[in-house]
Amino acid sequence: MANLTIKNLKKSYGEVEILKGINLDIKDHEFVVFVGPSGCGKSTLLRSIAGLEEVTSGQIFLDNKEITELAPAKRDLAMVFQSYALYPHMSVRKNMSFALELAGQDKDLIETKVTEAARILELGPLLDRKPKDLSGGQRQRVAIGRSIVRHPKVFLFDEPLSNLDAALRVQMRLELARLHHDLDATMIYVTHDQVEAMTLADKVVVLNQGRIEQVGSPMELYYHPANQFVAGFLGMPKMSFLPAEVLAGDQSGVQIELASGSQVHLPVSSEAVTRGSSVTLGVRPEHIQVTGKHEGVFKGRLDVAEHLGSDTYCYVKTDAKENLTVRTPGDFQGVFGDTVGLNLDLSQCHLFDDHGQAIHKLSRSAA
Amino acid sequence: MLSLKHRRRVNTLLLGTLAWGVALAIFFPIFWMILTSFKTEIDAFATPPQLFFTPTLENYLLVNERSDYFHFAWNSVVVSFGSTIIGMLIAVPAAYSMAFFETKRTKSTLLWMLSTKMLPSVGVLVPIYLLFKDLGMLDTRLGLVIIYTLINLPIMIWMAYTYFKEIPKEVLEAARMDGATLLQEIWKVLLPMSKGGLASTVLLSLILSWNEAFWSLNLTASQAAPLTALIASYSSPEGLFWAKLSAVSTLACAPILIFGWVSQKQLVRGLSFGAVK
Amino acid sequence: MNTSVLQADGINSSSEREDSVMGIAKQNAKISRYMVSPSVLVLLLWMIVPLSMTIYFSLIRYNLLYPGENEFVGLENFHFFLTDEGFVAGMGNTLLLVGAVLLITVVLGVLISVLVNQAFWGQGFVRVMLISPFFIMPTVNALVWKNLLLHPVSGVFAAIWTFFGAEPVDWFSEYPLFSIIMIVSWQWLPFAILLLMTALQSLDQEQQEAARLDGAGPWALFYHLTLPHLARPIAVVVMIETIFLLSIFAEIFTTTGGGPGYETTNLAYLIYSQALLQFDVGLASAGGLIAVVLANIAAFFLVRLVGKSLTEKH
Repeated sequence: MANLTIKNLKKSYGEVEILKGINLDIKDHEFVVFVGPSGCGKSTLLRSIAGLEEVTSGQIFLDNKEITELAPAKRDLAMVFQSYALYPHMSVRKNMSFALELAGQDKDLIETKVTEAARILELGPLLDRKPKDLSGGQRQRVAIGRSIVRHPKVFLFDEPLSNLDAALRVQMRLELARLHHDLDATMIYVTHDQVEAMTLADKVVVLNQGRIEQVGSPMELYYHPANQFVAGFLGMPKMSFLPAEVLAGDQSGVQIELASGSQVHLPVSSEAVTRGSSVTLGVRPEHIQVTGKHEGVFKGRLDVAEHLGSDTYCYVKTDAKENLTVRTPGDFQGVFGDTVGLNLDLSQCHLFDDHGQAIHKLSRSAA
Repeated sequence: MLSLKHRRRVNTLLLGTLAWGVALAIFFPIFWMILTSFKTEIDAFATPPQLFFTPTLENYLLVNERSDYFHFAWNSVVVSFGSTIIGMLIAVPAAYSMAFFETKRTKSTLLWMLSTKMLPSVGVLVPIYLLFKDLGMLDTRLGLVIIYTLINLPIMIWMAYTYFKEIPKEVLEAARMDGATLLQEIWKVLLPMSKGGLASTVLLSLILSWNEAFWSLNLTASQAAPLTALIASYSSPEGLFWAKLSAVSTLACAPILIFGWVSQKQLVRGLSFGAVK
Repeated sequence: MNTSVLQADGINSSSEREDSVMGIAKQNAKISRYMVSPSVLVLLLWMIVPLSMTIYFSLIRYNLLYPGENEFVGLENFHFFLTDEGFVAGMGNTLLLVGAVLLITVVLGVLISVLVNQAFWGQGFVRVMLISPFFIMPTVNALVWKNLLLHPVSGVFAAIWTFFGAEPVDWFSEYPLFSIIMIVSWQWLPFAILLLMTALQSLDQEQQEAARLDGAGPWALFYHLTLPHLARPIAVVVMIETIFLLSIFAEIFTTTGGGPGYETTNLAYLIYSQALLQFDVGLASAGGLIAVVLANIAAFFLVRLVGKSLTEKH
């Protein structure tokens, strides 16, 4: 069993508070991803769990046993570092067996474990090489292998893919997913790449400036972001935000007026808003449609169209100088300067109050 | 006009010749010393000095005759290696702690340590001499070892510190997570990874101790006198044993010359107190 | 997929050992204290004990030939030292020695390191030859020059002078201080060359190429790119050499013994002769303190520069 519980964890470096009170529950077998922008504290949180940083206050429990003050090696955790941190003077085999040797394990047992890990990660032919003779992807696998042989309760990954080139990154992502499935272990994974978060996680923890913004499954966070930060962080390209003002609200929804003057009615709860209050409309690129310039809820001018082949992303500037990103089919023919009409899928739009908090939708849809 | 390529080649040739000329001129005294060591005393003192002569090995073979060369050489060895070993035993933990457990005071402590190296030895000649006299440490190898350890410690700590700083902290953290105790971390991971840098540190300390020519001249007489003192004794007008002097000098300088050639690049760091890398 | 071999076997289970429960922070602090304190303690002793003794001695009358008459005499020793006939000469010689050696080593050092920085046949070997003098023992250095090279009858210089039809120079008699300067410069030139050569390695190649494209000739390149880049290393060389040149001793000890008269006596030798030749501890200590103060001035600037490079490198 490997349940990790964090209670009100705080960490400061001198005057600066990095972690401002983290509360989190991680269940056995879960693949949890800590994601957030640079400086949000995700690496610090991971390192605190690992025992490489001391906490200022708060507690960490592993299977109901407190590990907050334990030395790293006593916590039954293994970590894969961003730079892999392989021992350059040791062979791959020695790198993987180092921990077991330190623990005084039987030589034959060590040999079996190393061979097994090497098989899982396809490192067999590389066992006698030194790290400097390996490629980036190979080094990374050795780093993972080093963790596997210890069979820890929890695997910790600190941005393991950020030093790889794009193609390799995709490949390793798949391997990591496969690894999680095969080993069926609890994994905590830190990244700034929201694509990795979305594809790998069972549970995503979005961090911002030392605080947890939201915890949930990827789809949950994508379709029901709790606030503007999470909404804007997940999803590529980013959700577009339009400032608006509340006109009226009743049990069928809320009527708002956009800066361009257009009015839309959103099926969201009207409890938290009052007439005249400022709100923000959030809409994802795939939920906006381009129509003829005389149709649609409002108009805009086409600035740039990025043709990816499968899709085209259009960057549109509305009359009120707002920016919108719109996803259109791959064969979209628009040209710079064209005026286009825009339609919104209102059931998929999000409304955020003046503190950036999401306003509840009246009925939950999609995922 | 000559083509660009042609001009470049001529330029390089000229510069190369000039460089060789300068180098040979600077190296000449050493060359001459080695040459003289193979002459007989008569040839050595000949006027004008001879470039061609019948070489002889008698100076080397009789190097022990005038004075007990091996005794002095042994003193040099004991004092250099002794102070280096003790120095490293103190310096490595200090450098480790300052490199990986940096506190607010680390930088100023380092700079302070360096500044003790800048203290002119002559300023403390008197008290040290008197202290040693009272403690019976004059003319002892132990006394020299202590002094040399003290004067070279700052550089050793400094060099080890800069080399340790280059080791990524994460590799040591990985060792910690793998279950290594502090000692295991240092012995099995840190030292193997930094052995190049530590070797240079050891070499620099050996060179500085071997060539040290202030305390070795003032604190020793006959028992503990190292090679520097032996050579200095050749300056008395006892006799002009130039060939023997050359032989003894060559023997005394050879190991250090080789050390220096081998590690020249790495020494710059220590010699310049890290200001040039 | 069979991963049974990797099942938990208790290697990572926590034991109840004391140190496993100790906080990480406390461990770190303990480590730092234990590992650094020996060196700090030792160096502190090394600095404080002799230095305070020197201060003490400089304020009392203490001559080894007359033990027991150690009364406090205030600044009398300083007065005597500063008015000693040897002092003015000693100070002057010290400054002359340091200044001349600095000039020679820096100027030649810059020129030679730039010369050797281009690629040519045997570059490595040339460099090895250039740095060799630095590794020669000071006493060997002194005697090789005095006897084999500068000897007015059988020295190499004498032979060269005769070859050109000139009268050989008795260097140590006619130009004693200059002879010492020659010896010391020869020994320290490689130091400057080594440091400057290393510094030149980090010269920005692209900057040079851009300048060449802009039409800069070799002199312009040297003056506008190389020299400014070398400004810092030159400062380092000057400061370090100053500190060590102030205490030049062995060469004087082995060749001239400070003479003739006071012509080759520098501050270090003066103090030595007071202490170990005339046994006037009080006077020598006063002199020693003066030397310390002088060195401190140079050291102050050097420490500042090193401190800056410490923070920017790391």
